[in-house]
Amino acid sequence: MTIGLNEFLVLSALLFAVGFLGVLVRKNTLVIYMCLELMLVASTIALVAFSRFNGMLDGNVFVFFILTVAAAEVAVGLAIIVALFRRRGTVQVDELNVLKN
Amino acid sequence: MANLLFYFFAALTVGSALAVVCCKNTVNAALCLLLSLVGVAGVFALLDALLLSVLLILVYAGAVVALFLFIVMLLNPQAAQQKPYKKISVLAGTIAAALLGLGLWSFVSRGQFSAAPVTAAFQSGLKDYGAKLFTTYLLPVEVVGFLLLVSMLGVIVLSKKFEGQEDAK
Repeated sequence: MTIGLNEFLVLSALLFAVGFLGVLVRKNTLVIYMCLELMLVASTIALVAFSRFNGMLDGNVFVFFILTVAAAEVAVGLAIIVALFRRRGTVQVDELNVLKN
Repeated sequence: MANLLFYFFAALTVGSALAVVCCKNTVNAALCLLLSLVGVAGVFALLDALLLSVLLILVYAGAVVALFLFIVMLLNPQAAQQKPYKKISVLAGTIAAALLGLGLWSFVSRGQFSAAPVTAAFQSGLKDYGAKLFTTYLLPVEVVGFLLLVSMLGVIVLSKKFEGQEDAK
């Protein structure tokens, strides 16, 4: 059996689901953020696979931009987490409940 | 051989992603994320996107995971003191993720994607990237450069201490 487009898409879907599971289940903001990154990378696998099997480079270029944006996003997100930790002294999501009540 | 490599990298990717979800220690989770990204880079290499696989290693493994590790060591959240997750949310999250995964799976396996032709010759050298980036995608390149500048400024502002703002204990 040769590896076709389907196998790559299934891998992408699986990785996305695992990242989604992590976002839902974990309570530490840093780990939630890591799982968000996993979801982003899973979507890029699908883009690269489609690009390869269509014989066009455009999907790859798109992934190139996604990588850049992801780097910027991680820097800003981690800065926000650090600022949050400074103000509240915790990064556990169930302790960050100011808006509750 | 390519099949074997694909299954190896796929197992590495998904297995270490699961380890990210399950690890109690945040540092271990970050290192598992690194392993997972290495697997993704291997998958990219199998898809003839060699530049992207190198970039993934450089940007993600070199910068993002290192940044995560820095922040984890800076904040030192006391992960060992409390349970990382609740039982009920594990149940609900697993069901939700399984539903999402099954939905995507059935979409992929029942779709018409397998009929897509495999093009043998695929130009993905540096020259082709450069030609695309500086002709068709010139405007996005500039916008992304501006985005990087803005995010740099944002990070500086966010991590600066202002007057009258006090740290929590």
